[in-house]
Amino acid sequence: MSQNDENPVVIQVEGVHKTFGDLHVLKGCDLTVRSGEVAVLVGPSGSGKSTLLRCINQLEEPTAGRVLIDGVVQGYRAEPLPDGRWQKLRPAEIAAQRSRIGMVFQRFHLFPHLTALANVMEAPVQVRGLPRAAAEKKARQLLERVGLGDRADHYPSELSGGQQQRVAIARALAMDPELMLFDEPTSALDPELVSEVLTVLKDLAAEGMTMVVVTHEMGFAREVADQVVFMDEGRILESGTAEQVIDAPRSERLKGFLASVL
Amino acid sequence: MGQRGRNDPDRGSEPPAVTTTQTPSPAGPATEGGFTPIRAKAAPRPGTWISAVIVALLAAGLVGFLVTNPVLEWGTVATYLFDVKVVQGVGWTLLLTLLSMVLGTVVALTAAIMRRSENPVLRGVSWAYIFVFRGIPVYTQLVFWGLFTVIVPKIVVGVPFGPELWSFSTRDLLTAFWAAVIGLGLNEGAYLAEIIRSGLNSVDKGQTEASKALGMGNGTILRRIIVPQAMRVIVPPLGNETIGMLKTTSLVLAVPFTLDLTFATNGIANKLFTPIPLLIVAALWYLAITSVLMVGQHYLERYFGRGFDARTPARPGRGGRSRQAAVNSAGTTPQDPLPEVEL
Repeated sequence: MSQNDENPVVIQVEGVHKTFGDLHVLKGCDLTVRSGEVAVLVGPSGSGKSTLLRCINQLEEPTAGRVLIDGVVQGYRAEPLPDGRWQKLRPAEIAAQRSRIGMVFQRFHLFPHLTALANVMEAPVQVRGLPRAAAEKKARQLLERVGLGDRADHYPSELSGGQQQRVAIARALAMDPELMLFDEPTSALDPELVSEVLTVLKDLAAEGMTMVVVTHEMGFAREVADQVVFMDEGRILESGTAEQVIDAPRSERLKGFLASVL
Repeated sequence: MGQRGRNDPDRGSEPPAVTTTQTPSPAGPATEGGFTPIRAKAAPRPGTWISAVIVALLAAGLVGFLVTNPVLEWGTVATYLFDVKVVQGVGWTLLLTLLSMVLGTVVALTAAIMRRSENPVLRGVSWAYIFVFRGIPVYTQLVFWGLFTVIVPKIVVGVPFGPELWSFSTRDLLTAFWAAVIGLGLNEGAYLAEIIRSGLNSVDKGQTEASKALGMGNGTILRRIIVPQAMRVIVPPLGNETIGMLKTTSLVLAVPFTLDLTFATNGIANKLFTPIPLLIVAALWYLAITSVLMVGQHYLERYFGRGFDARTPARPGRGGRSRQAAVNSAGTTPQDPLPEVEL
């Protein structure tokens, strides 16, 4: 974290709670991610990592607390109404906020009826109104960048899991996002395909992309993370550099978790 | 759905479950893989032969019956098969089928999307439409649309109980043909709405999430992502419904619309007092149109199946490559010594 301390804050999560009915999934989470930083969320399954990630781009609505991106409250007007309630944004405004945040899913969620190229072109054309020719040029560059320049005309069903996930990363990058969210990007992959996706993630981190990554890859966390965040039962128990969190765990829970994954 | 290709070399190489003392001798030429394919004799299937004989006997009996029965009057069938009135009837029947299916699909898509809406008013309207138009027999609906100009002679746009801004007579616009199209289309829409709704629901929720994460609005997500994928599920029952509609058009005499195929052949039959040959004429034409529709359905299914079934690529020139072949050619599997990506 040290080299980034002067960089502006991109993601500010303040006291976020999330309940699904009686289930209390997030119990007051605070997280600060600065520009160019890579934050890695680790923790046992069901600890709320993915839910926290999904709150950042409003795929989940926090029950309490708020999320700010570049200092702008997500999902609500900046100021409360005179009666103290918060005015929700309209769907189009929420979509505009989301379009600045790239997201990559565990199960890729590529559009199966479109080729790799069309998958990457879709959002720039439909959301940004980019002319098709310009979008195609950009999409080809992005596919080249993730090493799939020769797979542009293939449908997702014709690609391996690792290739699909790299197309999904290119698709998210096509919107020129300010930050990228990765929800267990390698968990659905065969072991030998994990590294090709992690390589793309490392390249992105090296280029200075602000990233939040939920993963079980502790080696990746150690190598790339500026900030490792350990979550358990909806709370952030420990956070700090990889050396602090992975090599010198303080809580018994984290020690137990590390023993089970390393 | 086997993921392995048809000409997978592994297929024929399974060891035979024989317990002879004789060692299997190289019975055929060794292939380049260095193994000898099994020379297999098919297991006996006497049922196939028995059923073939029975069906052949029945078919011969049927042909004999069709040829020798004088009531069928094949000469009359031949005379009237391409009669001007009959061919025109075919044209009108096709036009009715086409237009009412287009109207029905548009209405059904609207109703299905309204049914999924967060707006409770739209959901209610959609439910009421489906309830009414699915619950009343299509014959009754057609009679109603035929009488529409009597029930509603004039449509007025204006303030209720207040001044009239603009009005027109329904009699000028709603001819028997359009009454038939509207009657058939609205009835069909109520059925198709449920088919389309289940098609829309069949698309994985992850598709919506991924689209939202890219900043797409609800309209764009539906139009570009959900509907094209739902079509794959919708087209087979839609084809079924179109064939059903082709035959339902024979009810339009309820309007009354009197130019369709069934009315034309009935008219000729009544004049000649020979109902049977003209029923055959009508049946042959309906079968012919159904065959054409089935071909169309095949191509639609192939188009909307693109990307889902790699064995039938939508683009020409790629041949029938299997998904496994594609994955193998991607070169990311561990057997491949030359990964295509140098990152």
